[in-house]
Amino acid sequence: MTAPPVPDDQSRDAGPMRRGAGPRLLPHSRFGGPIPWVIAILIALVVIAAAGGLSLRNLAENARADLSGAITVQIVEADAALRQSQAEAATAALADHPLVTSVRLVPESELLALLEPWLGSSAVSEDVPIPALIDVELSRRASANEIAQLQAALGEVAPDARIDAQSDWLRPVYDALAALQYLALALIALVSFATAAAVWLAARSAFSNHRDTVEIIHLLGGTDEQVTRIFQRSVLRDAAFGALLGLGLGLAAVWVLGQQFGALDSGMIGGGRLSVGDWLVIGAIPIVGILLALITGRITIAFALRAML
Amino acid sequence: MIDRPAEIVKFDNVGLRYGTDPEVLSDLSFTLFPGSFYFLTGASGAGKTSLLKLLYLAQRPSRGAIRMFGKDMITLPRTRLPDFRRRLGVVFQNFRLVQHLSAFDNVALPLRLAGTDEARVVKAVTDMLEWVGLAHRAHAIPATMSGGEQQRVAIARAVIARPQMLIADEPTGNVDPDMALKLLRLFEALNNRVGTTVIVATHDVHLLKKVPDSLIMRLQNGRLSDPTGALRYPPRPAPKPAPRQPRGAA
Repeated sequence: MTAPPVPDDQSRDAGPMRRGAGPRLLPHSRFGGPIPWVIAILIALVVIAAAGGLSLRNLAENARADLSGAITVQIVEADAALRQSQAEAATAALADHPLVTSVRLVPESELLALLEPWLGSSAVSEDVPIPALIDVELSRRASANEIAQLQAALGEVAPDARIDAQSDWLRPVYDALAALQYLALALIALVSFATAAAVWLAARSAFSNHRDTVEIIHLLGGTDEQVTRIFQRSVLRDAAFGALLGLGLGLAAVWVLGQQFGALDSGMIGGGRLSVGDWLVIGAIPIVGILLALITGRITIAFALRAML
Repeated sequence: MIDRPAEIVKFDNVGLRYGTDPEVLSDLSFTLFPGSFYFLTGASGAGKTSLLKLLYLAQRPSRGAIRMFGKDMITLPRTRLPDFRRRLGVVFQNFRLVQHLSAFDNVALPLRLAGTDEARVVKAVTDMLEWVGLAHRAHAIPATMSGGEQQRVAIARAVIARPQMLIADEPTGNVDPDMALKLLRLFEALNNRVGTTVIVATHDVHLLKKVPDSLIMRLQNGRLSDPTGALRYPPRPAPKPAPRQPRGAA
């Protein structure tokens, strides 16, 4: 019997297993398992939640920017002549104030037009006194102390003047928007956790199914790093497919919702439009999802390997 | 660079138990020398496979000391085990081929795990399959091969990386006598011409006579029968060509 044709020394122990060398050590499943589809659904939910959260943030910021530097002055006086004189005096006083950038006494006809849909044309009459309204734009958001000082200054020329800071009556709206943003963030966190859990379960299941192959690789001199890389390739393939599919589904849903809200033709809703930066954040979601899946898969396999010799 | 150890394996009062069961191996003390040919015999359940598992580093002992290639295997971190496993070639009792890989890819596995250049892998595996007479079955998967063919694939995989020690668990158990003799001659050739230390576990007493220079380790109820002390203090074998040590295994 001749000696076996064993290779010379240069052909072995040349370093870590080359990437892509030889066939797949785990059988190719071609997305037959549930994980790519679960990841697709979860990523789609994150995309929708993130788009909603970013849109709400933009909407709240725009509204706040519009309204936080504005106040409304009402002259609540039943006598029309006295009301008119106080309104003009208040307008003049406000125009001279350093904090005020613009003042507009709202014409009575405009007020009647605003009230008509609510009270009807018959209800708007001399018998129902309507306060005079003055729209005031401030150079910045006024503090409560500054509003009080302004009120005191107005009181000297228009004793029946009342100041409404718009940011005050809009605070519940801001709070509701903030709550919705936190809800979107919580949803993203929960879905991320669910994604990690799904990958953890899938990696453990895959490891368990291929335990015999892993043992053979170990006994032939394979390292933990080599085994981990084999499983990581499988996780990467499934996660990339699921993440891209999820991004597509999520973007389609966001587009449909955008069309629906856009049809409302509301100025406030228009403030919720997504910026280029927002779209970049949404575009990064599948990448983060893939990274999360890879890290989770790696940690899971590392723990499973540690239990083996 | 490390010095070549005088002994390749040294067991000292080694015992092995699984969980809380009684010991399956007790008080094993013996030394194996490079370039020797050993038969490990014993009845079924005597502990042959358990002893081989200790030798091919699939199991750590419950007690005692094991030195292999001059290193203490008890305290060796598991991250360093691959360096030593690459010095071993193992023919498992049930072959343990990767079922979805072809004969070619199964044989190529040790080289690919060692990071060998793919062109060299192709040449080495082609030559090896030729040597074991399976060149025509290179693309067959194990499920389509006979027991003898799978056995030869397992042997080719065990020797492809030029191991310093070849461990074979009942390698002739599933083949006819002619094939058994042929496989034994393969091991002999590896031992004589490459200098690989060979350990063959078998319960076939007729096989023992086929290799005249071999030493016999007999296991009975988990204890090594060594009435002459030849295993504990064996005569140094005649020097044979020795395979070089893998890089990074010191």
